[in-house]
Amino acid sequence: MVKLWRSLTGPWRGLPSRPRQVVPWAIVVGLLLVFPLVDKALRLQVLNDFTDVLVLVVLALGLNIVVGYAGLLDLGYAAFFAIGAYTTGILTWPAHHLEWNFWVVIWGAVIVAAFMGIVIGTPTLRLRGDYLAIVTLAFGEIVPTTIRNLGGVNLAIGPWQILDNANLTNGVQGLNPVGRPWIGNFEFSFDPTPWYFLILMIAALVIFANVRLQDSRLGRAWMALREDETAADCVGVNPVRTKLLAFALGASFSGFSGAFYAAKLQAIFPELFRFNLSVMILCMVILGGMGNIRGVVIGGLLIQLFDRVILTQTTLLARGVGQALNLAPLATIDLGLWRWFFFGLTIVVIMVIRPEGLFPSRASRRQLHAAEDVEKPASG
Amino acid sequence: MTQTELLIQLLINGVTIGSYLALIALGYTMVYGIIELINFAHGDIYMLGFMISLTLLGVLGVRGTLGGWELWAVLIGVMLATMLCTGLLNMTIDRLAYKPLRRAPRLAPLITAVGMSFMLENLAMIWKGSSQIFYPNVFPMIDIPNQVLGMKTNVLFTTKDVLLIGVTVPLMVGLSLFIRNTKMGKAMRATAQDREAAALMGIDAENVIRTTFFVGGALAGTAGMIVGLYLNTGRYLMGFDAGLLAFTSAVLGGIGNVTGAMLGGFFIGFLQAFSDQYLSSEWTRIIVFTTLILVLVFRPSGLLGQRTPDKL
Repeated sequence: MVKLWRSLTGPWRGLPSRPRQVVPWAIVVGLLLVFPLVDKALRLQVLNDFTDVLVLVVLALGLNIVVGYAGLLDLGYAAFFAIGAYTTGILTWPAHHLEWNFWVVIWGAVIVAAFMGIVIGTPTLRLRGDYLAIVTLAFGEIVPTTIRNLGGVNLAIGPWQILDNANLTNGVQGLNPVGRPWIGNFEFSFDPTPWYFLILMIAALVIFANVRLQDSRLGRAWMALREDETAADCVGVNPVRTKLLAFALGASFSGFSGAFYAAKLQAIFPELFRFNLSVMILCMVILGGMGNIRGVVIGGLLIQLFDRVILTQTTLLARGVGQALNLAPLATIDLGLWRWFFFGLTIVVIMVIRPEGLFPSRASRRQLHAAEDVEKPASG
Repeated sequence: MTQTELLIQLLINGVTIGSYLALIALGYTMVYGIIELINFAHGDIYMLGFMISLTLLGVLGVRGTLGGWELWAVLIGVMLATMLCTGLLNMTIDRLAYKPLRRAPRLAPLITAVGMSFMLENLAMIWKGSSQIFYPNVFPMIDIPNQVLGMKTNVLFTTKDVLLIGVTVPLMVGLSLFIRNTKMGKAMRATAQDREAAALMGIDAENVIRTTFFVGGALAGTAGMIVGLYLNTGRYLMGFDAGLLAFTSAVLGGIGNVTGAMLGGFFIGFLQAFSDQYLSSEWTRIIVFTTLILVLVFRPSGLLGQRTPDKL
């Protein structure tokens, strides 16, 4: 108990002794806190988009635990996001007459997502890494397809009609509206500011969990498994149980963001949670550097900046140049159509050229380039 | 339709779906056998086989059904050209995206393969648009039991089914013979067993890998063209589902095992045909993907594969 307390308060006790590390973080946090005011004052109107970006960054941090720490390639991570969102949707959709309180539902979403992580993980985590990837991919396809099909189920066994057009998820039309959170008499509605602070809190929680897990006994067990499963098993790490924890924790974070996303967007459709989304999140994790919190956050922000701002602005620029030079193909270009090409390209280029990501942690750089470092003195 | 007719029809559907799945599955199984990589972009090579052959037909000015020598000349010419294109493309992908990662952890090339798949799909979307595409009805469709044999039946078995089976089965048999009897085939089997030992025996492993990618790509390209001729429609995303189904077939048959891939393809074909009939087609994807999970979990070595310990 004392140990746990010490490890939890470690960062604070360490504060005065390492101001150099703390000051930049304090500035970042300060900027994030005043950002809504700046946004309002300068009429930037990007707060809403930035909130959506943070949802995806939280997802990337969750996937980072699974892919980065434990080295399990999850190609169906969007499924857990869908489960979180739909748990929220089903429990608050007015037509179901449940309309639970959001603050209860969000924990429900986390529990259901974690539970599904365990359900899919238990039988499959014994598999080799590449087979596991395909299983998660199949799971990622099964979940949205099932959600789509659960809009009107007829089930009859012999003469008994058990389910007559049972509607759980409202099929392709999706669930709309989804219940919003309330604090006292205050409802979260179209003003993005309260949503922003809520996702900021969730992000802080997830980052805190990531940081504390990284050097914990569990985190080190994950990394041991990632590097060499047989060796880790031999020194007493239980592979299945340890991987299962990674799966469940990763899934529970996407449960948080799923619930948030459903309540903020007010309408959820099965098509939102396809394979594309899983790959985009994977791309966010890979760009910055797998297994490295700062890298994942910056990489995720970069990908979103590219997707939401750079692509459209470059399109406009290219069109302007095309009109000025009278080049028809350039004047009508839409780079937005190329977004998945760029995501794919990012993944390939990073994996081939710089597998530790753009902003690697010192540890992973050391691991990935250990061989080169050893060779250097010999050659020089 | 009587019960017997229905059953015969489902078996026919199963064989037709299965035969092109098997052709795609061969590419997965060969690549996996040699470099232990799930070549995720393989399904998209199949899709590009569809697109490339469609373009070639357009260049030749073919719009409707052909007959006589013209039909055979066009079919064989376009097929060979498509095979060459998709084969070379697959080789290029290997050179650019997988070869630099030969010694990396196993998941690294799989991740690049996913990235590659997205690039190919996006390029195909920009090239041919995102909606369903019409593929010219080049091959004449004749209802064999009713029009040729003079039988009175509701079972639909046409010349197109014959085309599909008549192209895929000889290719599969040809591949088996190639692997069993030629020097390159022997080199492939040796490399699959132990790449380093094979290299010590003087086999150029990189050359074997290149050939494997070429042959796998060519077979997938053929499958794309044949499916175009058979269904007369396709889309830039068609490779995703077909690729996963073919991968399931490959695993089911025992990955790395060429005969197994064919059997697996037929099994998945039957599964799909029966699920479409007795459940609704909305649930077929779920059935197939659940089968994929079950096979991977309970029988990862497949029906014909051997249990091998993880290489360290």
